[in-house]
Amino acid sequence: MAFFEILQTIIPQAIFFAAPLILTAVGGVFSERSGVVNIGLEGLMVMGAFVGIVFSLTFDSVLGGWTPWVAIIAAMFISSLFSIIHALASVTFRADQVVSGVAINFLALGLGLFLTEQWYGKGQTDIVERPFYSTDVFLLSDIPIIGPLFFSGLALTSYLAIILAFVGWFVLFKTPFGLRLRSVGEHPMAADTNGINVTKIRYIAVMISGAMGGLGGSVYALTIALNFSHATIVGQGFMSLAAVIFGKWHPLGALGAALFFGFAQSLSYVGSDVPLLADIPQVYLMIAPYVLTILALAGFIGRAEAPKAIGKPYIKGSR
Amino acid sequence: MKIKKFMLMLTLLLALGMVLGACGSGDEGSGSDSGGEDTENSGSDGSDSGSAEGGDFSVAMVTDVGGVDDKSFNQSAWEGLQAFGEEHGLEEDEGYDYAQSESDADYNTNLNRLVRQGYNLIYGIGYLLQPAIEEVASQYPDTNFSIVDSVAEGDNIASITFKEHQGSFLAGVAAAHKTESNHVGFVGGVDGDLINKFEAGYIAGVKSVNKDIEVDVEYAGSFAASDKGKLIASNMYSGGADVIYHASGATGNGVFAQAKDIKNNNPDENVWVIGVDRDQHEEGAIGDDNVTLTSMVKRVDIAVQDVSQQAMDGEFPGGEVLEYGLGDEAISIARTNEEALTEEITTAIEEWKQKITNGDIEVPSTRDELKEFESSL
Repeated sequence: MAFFEILQTIIPQAIFFAAPLILTAVGGVFSERSGVVNIGLEGLMVMGAFVGIVFSLTFDSVLGGWTPWVAIIAAMFISSLFSIIHALASVTFRADQVVSGVAINFLALGLGLFLTEQWYGKGQTDIVERPFYSTDVFLLSDIPIIGPLFFSGLALTSYLAIILAFVGWFVLFKTPFGLRLRSVGEHPMAADTNGINVTKIRYIAVMISGAMGGLGGSVYALTIALNFSHATIVGQGFMSLAAVIFGKWHPLGALGAALFFGFAQSLSYVGSDVPLLADIPQVYLMIAPYVLTILALAGFIGRAEAPKAIGKPYIKGSR
Repeated sequence: MKIKKFMLMLTLLLALGMVLGACGSGDEGSGSDSGGEDTENSGSDGSDSGSAEGGDFSVAMVTDVGGVDDKSFNQSAWEGLQAFGEEHGLEEDEGYDYAQSESDADYNTNLNRLVRQGYNLIYGIGYLLQPAIEEVASQYPDTNFSIVDSVAEGDNIASITFKEHQGSFLAGVAAAHKTESNHVGFVGGVDGDLINKFEAGYIAGVKSVNKDIEVDVEYAGSFAASDKGKLIASNMYSGGADVIYHASGATGNGVFAQAKDIKNNNPDENVWVIGVDRDQHEEGAIGDDNVTLTSMVKRVDIAVQDVSQQAMDGEFPGGEVLEYGLGDEAISIARTNEEALTEEITTAIEEWKQKITNGDIEVPSTRDELKEFESSL
C-alpha cells in the first residue's frame, strides 16, 4: 500500500475512534481542574450509553431522523444529573473522591443492566434503528489530499468532539468562569477569600464532566456498539482518564492524547499492510498504545503537573 | 459527624450498586430485589415434590454468569429444557428448573443445591462450570451431570460439545458463493482452540468452493470490544473483502455497525456479515435492507433435549464426550435472509452438507488440519 493510502485509512479511523474519548476526557479536565478527581468517567459513559440507546429505541418512531441527536442531548442531561451524586459525595460531604468515583462506576453499570432487565426483559437491548452513520462533508471532501483525510468517512459527531475540545479550551482559559474554575482547583482558600463560591464552582465542574461523559458514552453507543449490554463500555472511560493526565489536564492536550490512542489502535490493525510494521507480531502492535502511554508519562513529555488542590475537599476556614 | 453519616451513605450506595448489578442479569423479571429469593423459593418447592415423588425423572440446569436470558447458549439450553418438560408433562420448578449464577462463586453452591433437591440430571451450561461440575460430580456419584461446550472427566458426566467447524464450513461455502471480489474475511474473538475451530472450518469451506478466494483473518483479542470489531471490519471492507464471518460475541456488534455504515452511504455496495451462535438477522437490519447474509446457529436446546431423553430412558451417556454436528441438526445455517441467500447458494450449502454428513469430507478443526486440508484440494 502506498503511503498516502495508508494515511487515508488510518487517519479517519483514528479520529472516528477517538471521538468518544475526546468528549469524555475534556469533561474530565473540567472536573479535575476544579480539584475533584473523577474516576467515575467510566460510569458516566455507561450512563450515557444506556440513556442514549434507551432513548433512541423509545422515541425512534416519533422523532425520525432527529432521534440520535436528541438522544445524545438526553444522555448529556441525565448523566449530568447522575454526576451530582459524585459532587454531593466529594464536595459537600468531603468523601474520598476516588472511592466516590468507583461507586459511580458500580452504580451506573448496575442501574443500567437492572433497568434493561426490567424494561426489556432481557440482558441486553435491541439494536437501534437509527445510529449515526459516517458521511462525506459536502464540497470539503472533494479537496485533494485534505478531503479524503479529514472530510470523508467520518461521523458528524467526530467533528462535534473536536469542536467541543476547542470550546472547552476557550472556556477554561479565556473566560472569567474558567479562571475561577482553575483557581478553585489550585488554591481554593485564596479563591474563597476573593469571593468565589468554591462549592458551587466544583458542582458545576463535576456536572460538566457528567454531561461530557454522557455525550461520549452515547456517541460510542450510537456509532459503534449500537445496543446496550454489560459489554458496551469496557474501559473507554479509563482510557479517557489516561488521556486527561497524558494531556496534562489541558483540553487540547486531552484531544491530542485521545487522538493518539485512536491512531495507535488503528495502526495496530492496519499495521499488517504497512511495509515496515508487517514483520512485527500483531500482539506488540496491539499493546503499543499502552506502552507508549506509560513511556510518555514516565518522562518523555515532561512532568505532568496536576492541579494543586486535586483530591482535597475544601473546608472553609481551615488552613 | 458529617463524615460518618456520609460513609454510611456511601456504603449503602455501593451496596445498592452491587444488588442492582446482580439483578441486572436477573431472572424472570419478577421484582426488584427478589433475584436471589426467587430461585430460592422455587428451589424449596422442587425439593418437596422431588423427594415426595421419588421415582419420577427430573432435570435442572445451572447457568453461567450470562444468565438465562442471554440471547445465547444459556437461553437456548433453557428453551431446550422447557421443551423437554412440556413434551413429558413435567412441571416447571418440579420436573425441570434452572439456577442462575451471578458470579463464578455461585457454581458450586447452585450445583450442590440442585443435587440435594433430588434432580436426576443436572446441566452445567458453559465451559466456565467445568471445574465445579467435576468437583460436585465426584461427590455425588448417584446423580448424573452434563456439561455444555466443554469436556469434563467423570463416569457420571456427559460432555456436550459441538462441531462448530462443520457449521463454519457451510458459512464459508455461503461466503464463497456470495463474494464478488473473491476476497472474504474472518473476525475472531480470542485467539484460542475454540475460535480456531471456527476459523479452520470457515477457511476450508471458502477454499473448497474456490481455491483462489483470499481470506483475511484477524482477532480482536476480546469478546467485548465492539470498537475493535468495527476497526477490523472497516479495514477488511476497505481492503476489498465483501463478506465477513465473525465469531466474536459482542465484538461482532462493531462488524455489523461497519457493514451497515457502508450500506447506508451506498445501498448498492456488496457488503455482508455472517453471524454466529444464533440467528443474527435482527442485528443486520438497515431500513428495508439487511446485511446479515446468514448465521451459523448452534442449537444447544437440541443437544440438551437429546441428552435428557437418553437419561430418562436409562441410557445416560456417562463419561462420554458427545459431539453434536450437522447430522443431529444441532448445527445449522440460518435461512432468514431469503433475498440474499439465493436458491443457488442454498442448494450449494445442501450439497456440501450432504458430503459432510456422509463422511465424504472431514472438516478441519485446527490450523494444522486446515493446512493438510488445503494441500489436498
